[in-house]
Amino acid sequence: MNPAIDTTDELKSGTTSQGRMMGKGVDTSHGPILYLEDIGVSFDGFRALNKLTLTIETGELRCIIGPNGAGKTTMMDVITGKTRPDEGTAYFGQTIDLTRLTEAEIAHEGIGRKFQKPTVFENLSVVENLELAMKTDKRVRASLRAKLSGEDLARIGETLEMIRLQDEAGRPAGTLSHGQKQWLEIGMLLMQEPKLLLLDEPAAGMTDHETARTAELFLTLAGSHTLIVVEHDMDFIGTIAKTVTVLHEGSVLAEGTLDDVKSNDRVIEVYLGR
Amino acid sequence: MTTTFKIPGVEPLFTGKGWAALITFVLAVAVLVPVLFLAVPESSPFHLSAYFVTLIGKIMCYCVVAVAMNLIWGYTGILSLGHGVFFALGGYAFGMYLMRMIGREGQYQSDLPDFMVFLDWKAYPWYWSFTDHFWYSALLVILVPGLLAFVFGYFAFRSRIKGVYFSIITQALTFAFMLLFFRNDTGFGGNNGFTDFKRILGFRISDPSTRAALFGLSGLYLAGCLILTRALVRSKFGRVLTAIRDSESRLMFSGYNPLWYKLSIWTLSAVLCGIAGALYVPQVGIINPSEMSAANSIEIAIWVAVGGRGTLLGPIIGAGVVNGAKSFFTQSFPEYWLFFLGILFVAVTLFLPHGIAGWINRRTKGGAAQ
Repeated sequence: MNPAIDTTDELKSGTTSQGRMMGKGVDTSHGPILYLEDIGVSFDGFRALNKLTLTIETGELRCIIGPNGAGKTTMMDVITGKTRPDEGTAYFGQTIDLTRLTEAEIAHEGIGRKFQKPTVFENLSVVENLELAMKTDKRVRASLRAKLSGEDLARIGETLEMIRLQDEAGRPAGTLSHGQKQWLEIGMLLMQEPKLLLLDEPAAGMTDHETARTAELFLTLAGSHTLIVVEHDMDFIGTIAKTVTVLHEGSVLAEGTLDDVKSNDRVIEVYLGR
Repeated sequence: MTTTFKIPGVEPLFTGKGWAALITFVLAVAVLVPVLFLAVPESSPFHLSAYFVTLIGKIMCYCVVAVAMNLIWGYTGILSLGHGVFFALGGYAFGMYLMRMIGREGQYQSDLPDFMVFLDWKAYPWYWSFTDHFWYSALLVILVPGLLAFVFGYFAFRSRIKGVYFSIITQALTFAFMLLFFRNDTGFGGNNGFTDFKRILGFRISDPSTRAALFGLSGLYLAGCLILTRALVRSKFGRVLTAIRDSESRLMFSGYNPLWYKLSIWTLSAVLCGIAGALYVPQVGIINPSEMSAANSIEIAIWVAVGGRGTLLGPIIGAGVVNGAKSFFTQSFPEYWLFFLGILFVAVTLFLPHGIAGWINRRTKGGAAQ
């Protein structure tokens, strides 16, 4: 299994009723789709996030970089409801308070997340993985009766083509290559029809060709979707990024175009040491 | 540009061969065995003995428990080491009815069961009310294990207790119930439990025709549980269960709340066990707290592991093989049974990680499924 995600046991978050699972939609009438303000998270005295403030505009493609331990994954945990912040506010659009919702509810509101290590349902086929991710009523009773409509099948077909897994549709996802699993997970996110996608190292383990295709895909998605990409691969960031945010010790160190950020003295200091 | 792929969830419930096998099984348990047992004279080589009918009837009840265990462990990946408690509670709930039906035929010729007379109780405790009505007891058979599983499961799953921690607390659950039922004051006959049943719905339990009916019911129930399992596994619900086993976090971030999925399959599994227990008790003629012992529940997990987790027929094969071997060993070499069970478990884990059914699957399909 994935050690990075098994820490959910530590969570004590309550689960609210299923009735709230269907989102009313995110209100982005004032521009930004995501506000994080003064977020603080500590684990046993270690401050993973320290007064983190970040605003993401609707339709933006934002890249987040930072050395190990800068708080990138913790930030994603806060946005997706896996970790509750000790302080600060996190809003999705104008009205949705992310600190009050469970993981499943946040997913329904329209935030999709790709993990650092590709995480798919290994014993289900590629098509079944996409079927489960698809935006629909995800309560028990609905799942017992669920039947795929022609429209649903067309959507699955489109997504299969987009992620280039048509020929692997019937294969168990566990038998895919690393890069293909990354693609499948991205495909699953798209099936959720999210407004905001959080992508943790989406190009890791991909061939150059696959990486180029991924960059292309993200650029087509930006605009209709908002993307937050955490990456280490600077070439990849160079091809997709307009705005780059640098995290360091749990807060924002610098923000700007990739060139601005690269020439920022404090960033150089953090990355290269004195 | 159209992409073609196999649509999930549209394959038939069973293949032609599957239906044929199922119908053969149903005819065998509901017609053939009763005829061979009741109508064929004892002198004939085709006559089936009461011992055989009772043994197979009992094993079929165990098979249902294995099928129920497979739902929660095999398909959903949640190992329960306390399933014996649901089986026993179903047995006790129906046992209360059977005790009431003894009437004044007990040792002390009292309206109360012998163990209550022995404790010098003057009346039935409140929780024995209405248990002389068959349908009320039948309802308890479903409600008691179901409610316990629901409440226990709700708190365990809501607190996100998983893996070995969950297994351990289920083990503690069955152990706690065993201690409770061992006490005479609990009102369920203490360590002797319930026995010496006389009647069920007016029929004498010792009558061969009653035995045949109970046998047939157990077989039909087993067949029903198989169809139910297959229908669940084939639905999207079943695929969500597999997804829980594979990656629960991915499922949560895909917008599912695993709590309700886990809770429904867990409760269903417990109810199936409870009904199996209710069919088991009149056939075996006794229910006592040892059914709730930790070892019993672990044995259920062994049946499923031996037969093959996450396969439709594996649990039935496992429960059949292990219990068949058990009745052979406990008669011929009683002292070696537990050694054999241990060796079997280790051997299966080492050499047949997918159990007997997984091994057969691989043999018949060859290398096709890689």
